[in-house]
Amino acid sequence: MSSVAIGRETKNMLLNVGPSHPAMHGVIRLITELEGEKVIKVEAEIGYLHRAFEKSAENSSWTQVIPYTDRLNYVSPLINNFGYCGAVEKLLGIETTERCKYIRVIMAEVSRLTDHLTCIAASAMELGAMTAFLYLMKAREYLYEIVEEVTGARLTISYGRIGGVKGDLPDGVAERLEGALGNTEKEILEVDKLLTRNRIFVDRTRDVGVLTEGDAISYGITGPMLRSTGVNYDVRKIFPYEVYDRMEFEVPRGERGDNYDRYLVRMEEMRQSIRIIRQAMRDMPGGPINVDSEGKVMTSFDLVDQAKLGHTAGLVDIISTVEPTLEGMERPYHSRVMPDNKRVVLPSKGDTYGNIEGLMNHFKLIMDYHGIRPPIGDTYHAVEGANGELGFYIVSDGKDRPYRVRVRPPCFFAMAGLHKMLEGYMVADIISTFGSINMIAGELDR
Amino acid sequence: MGIQSADGPGFFTSKLERAIGWARKYSIFVYPFVTACCGMEYMSVASGHYDIDRFGAGLPRFSPRQSDVLFVVGTVSHKIAPILRRVYDQMCEPKWVVAFGVCTCTGGFYDNYATVQGIDTILPVDVYIPGCPPRPEAVLDGLMKLQNKIENQKQFT
Repeated sequence: MSSVAIGRETKNMLLNVGPSHPAMHGVIRLITELEGEKVIKVEAEIGYLHRAFEKSAENSSWTQVIPYTDRLNYVSPLINNFGYCGAVEKLLGIETTERCKYIRVIMAEVSRLTDHLTCIAASAMELGAMTAFLYLMKAREYLYEIVEEVTGARLTISYGRIGGVKGDLPDGVAERLEGALGNTEKEILEVDKLLTRNRIFVDRTRDVGVLTEGDAISYGITGPMLRSTGVNYDVRKIFPYEVYDRMEFEVPRGERGDNYDRYLVRMEEMRQSIRIIRQAMRDMPGGPINVDSEGKVMTSFDLVDQAKLGHTAGLVDIISTVEPTLEGMERPYHSRVMPDNKRVVLPSKGDTYGNIEGLMNHFKLIMDYHGIRPPIGDTYHAVEGANGELGFYIVSDGKDRPYRVRVRPPCFFAMAGLHKMLEGYMVADIISTFGSINMIAGELDR
Repeated sequence: MGIQSADGPGFFTSKLERAIGWARKYSIFVYPFVTACCGMEYMSVASGHYDIDRFGAGLPRFSPRQSDVLFVVGTVSHKIAPILRRVYDQMCEPKWVVAFGVCTCTGGFYDNYATVQGIDTILPVDVYIPGCPPRPEAVLDGLMKLQNKIENQKQFT
């Protein structure tokens, strides 16, 4: 690789980018070989955030895996949750309720929005566009408020349950969600104005980090990166799950497969996500439930007192209210989002605290070596994660904990094909290209 | 500094200590050692809504030589631990360390072969901010505790 220049031998330079580098999104090391400023060879070293997800999953019950899935792709945790739950449901052969499917679609799209917002924000910041970063973070904050209201947490939400979701949407969330979407749209438009025709941004991204269609397919790259090369592949369209087949949305595609196309695809996907959320909110079955009807509402403590006195006749039919932290988990809400399957689904909190059948059912599912027991077998279920096809391959040996949970993380394949996008470009282009890949170490290293 | 009398710190020294403490407290240059999920909350804290700039810690420095406070944000695995230690060693005195998130405090729920069970096994930690991830309010609370510590500690050693 060395060349002779004016009688003196020159050598290529080896440069480590990362692992602790601001643009390496945490933890990845690129070993680059440089000739001047030109990148000759790139090798990516991964594994700095290996947290033993798959091994931990084998030592947890089927439900206990859900919190680990939050932390796989921590920028869009809801999609991971629903992906894992969908896989287990497929193995168990149970169907979620209609309303639950809509809720999953809505929350997954909110998550996709937060993911794309973060990706564009971070990559713009790395190119020096701090304003765009601050605007997009502002938009993400609106969405986090909605996520917090629905799930109880901002980031690590554990909202999915095998068979459904944790609880129904809280009252009045529709208006607030609409408000948040409106605000997000405004911020996206603002950033669109700032970046899309910005000369500096276009110069840094146009025709940089080009990925060809053939390379993308042969490396197994999916998601916005594949679509930016012009391939029409979106799991939501090709293998529809939940209720995506009823939604009207377009799959944006690029032409050149460069950084700028990836940026444009993400921007358009955010608009399509907002469109999907609006449709799902409109079509979602199940109106408001008036739990206060007929004066039959009791607190769970009163129910327990009555049961202790032996006044058990008709107690099962009484709706009990539970404490505010368990909002959306009373029986009427619960039955809307969870299927009627006592072997898989935890009873509503009103039943757990209010009657002995519910309590027993709860403990049978919670105790070690009882719990959910899918039949012996294996299955693969894929959802469209924010970075691409997020698949869960799970194997059950009929026990209460998984025999194997294998994740197909979309980033992993992008990292395998990374050198195709970096070699032949300048050192400074590493930052721009790497930002547009949206590598998430949590799901890459697991 | 040679302005100390034989019987403890004098008038000027104690005044100077307080002035330096006050100044240091509001000019924190943070090195965010972001590895995992907590980074998302760090971004929230750093940007407009929660605005870490109000506490004088708004400007992250990505060179250990230029920073005062090492924010360890996210799970530290055994593979990244030597790098973290190296970053810490490269920082100039005076320096402080904040353990951001429960993974850095104790290992959190990653109680397994791959994860360092608390970064205090490899470096001294000044402030622990638990939570998985901690809310931005909790982070700001931790930052204020760090400011108190910076202000009240002995400035000349």
